Amino acid sequence: MTLRFSRTILAATAAFALSSAALHAEMADDELNINGDTPITVKAPAASHLEGHLDEVYSGWLFRTDDTRAMEQDDFDNPIMIFAEKGMDNWSVADGSEGKSCADCHGDISEGMKGVRATMPKLNAKGELWSMEDYINDCRTNRMGAEAWGWDSGPMHNMTVAISVQSRGMPVNVTIDGDAAPFWEKGKEMYYTRYGQLELSCASCHEENYGNFIRADHLSQGQIQAFPVYRLKNAGVVSIHNRFKGCIRDTRAETFGVGSPEFHALELYVASRGMGLDIEGGGVRP
Amino acid sequence: MNRHVAWAALAATFTASAAFAAETAPMDVKFDDAGGVEASLTGQPGDPSKGAEVASTKSLGNCVSCHVVSALDASFQGNIGPELNGAGDRWSEAQLRGIVIDAKHTFEGTVMPGMYKTGPFIRPGDGYTGKAAPADLPPILNAQQVEDVVAFLMTLKEE
Ligand code: HEC
Ligand code: HEC
Ligand code: HEC
Repeated sequence: MTLRFSRTILAATAAFALSSAALHAEMADDELNINGDTPITVKAPAASHLEGHLDEVYSGWLFRTDDTRAMEQDDFDNPIMIFAEKGMDNWSVADGSEGKSCADCHGDISEGMKGVRATMPKLNAKGELWSMEDYINDCRTNRMGAEAWGWDSGPMHNMTVAISVQSRGMPVNVTIDGDAAPFWEKGKEMYYTRYGQLELSCASCHEENYGNFIRADHLSQGQIQAFPVYRLKNAGVVSIHNRFKGCIRDTRAETFGVGSPEFHALELYVASRGMGLDIEGGGVRP
Repeated sequence: MNRHVAWAALAATFTASAAFAAETAPMDVKFDDAGGVEASLTGQPGDPSKGAEVASTKSLGNCVSCHVVSALDASFQGNIGPELNGAGDRWSEAQLRGIVIDAKHTFEGTVMPGMYKTGPFIRPGDGYTGKAAPADLPPILNAQQVEDVVAFLMTLKEE
């Protein structure tokens, strides 16, 4: 006979000390309405594919302090808007051997890129799963005759932020069935894989323990609809893949690279966990 | 070098290697049915004050990232796991040793990392560098550090 302590019994015992309601009460009861005119859904019933895993999904914004949350309410206080403006300026600057700018083909960014961020990542015509960075570099190299931008380079950050702002308040709208299904399945498998010497999966922290503190960090559900985000810690923009890279590294694991096939699949799966939430177009994080 | 010092140095080397020889390697640890480990890993008594340091240091046990331990003055203690206050009353020394070595034998599927374990892991890394681990990846804590932490936990009694 083995005498293991079941999680349920432990959870029941723990409930005396700290009810889970009390834990989640540590999340802010607040609403996001950027500039007072763009309401953003930050809390929603979970998509049906999350049944048995999550009942409700929450933006990481709800887990931040009053001060950090306030910065995202108003573009004058949101440091990411400086990067968005640089990206918008670059939108109409011709580059490369063809002498074309993004605006030449896509028109005004507010029309040409509306809703695009909400659908990322998605399959290209060849059936490859592409993130926004890949679409941008495809236009630069194959349509403009310009050099590709590095995944985490300044101009790439500026442009991905500028494009994301155009989907503010629009619900996450990724396709996960059909030809996208194998990628989604692979991303899901990764989400529940316990990597590294610490043997922790994304779910260990962001599904089983959101609302709890790991040292000073208040764990959120690890959603990506606010990305790219401005991190106060690095005083700069952080891409989705860069965040993934850091989270896997912190499990004492050999991490994956930005732009890797693994992170493309994981991005699709994590994006789908945020269905119901709205794109924030530039979050602010500690 | 004076002869006295030379002898002391030799004696110290001898004790250290003798202790090493008697150590139980991570792969050879025997867990009982409840996930406890009866035998000391080193045969040497643990030092609770060293154990307290292991528990609050990020590169070592980092226990405070997930547990509140009121006896430690580390700031920002986490709450992923239960408070460890009173752990010395709740558990036997053998059970605590088993929990520190690899808590998955006590709590099935727990998120608590195995502190004296060398694998198998999925994509083990070299500490927090994000790079691949060396072939001879050491456990997070060495055998004596495990004994020190266990000795520290045994001092955590309800007032
Ligand atoms: C020569 C014309 C041209 C230029 C210049 C150009 N693009 Fe494109 N872009 C396209 C075409 C064509 C597509 C594919 C549209 C489709 O398949 O629906 C596209 C697709 C995209 C997409 C994916 C849109 C979606 O809905 O999936 C993004 C993002 C994008 N471009 C960004 C840019 C940026 C940023 C620049 C400037 C650095 C740029 N493009 C320059 C023609 C261009
Ligand atoms: C050891 C715990 C841990 C693990 C495992 C972990 N993360 Fe995180 N993650 C954090 C912490 C801490 C933060 C910062 C606070 C927060 O938002 O949760 C964070 C933040 C994030 C964010 C930013 C959320 C936001 O709104 O700013 C994303 C996205 C994320 N993680 C994704 C992942 C993915 C995907 C995995 C699995 C590959 C993963 N994390 C594994 C601890 C972890
Ligand atoms: C990543 C988070 C994490 C870390 C780091 C961690 N633990 Fe735990 N620990 C847990 C969780 C979660 C439990 C509860 C068991 C369960 O149900 O999963 C636990 C349970 C325990 C228990 C039994 C709880 C009780 O009732 O007293 C002890 C003792 C313990 N841990 C000691 C330690 C020590 C000592 C360290 C550092 C060497 C440590 N833990 C590091 C997460 C962690």
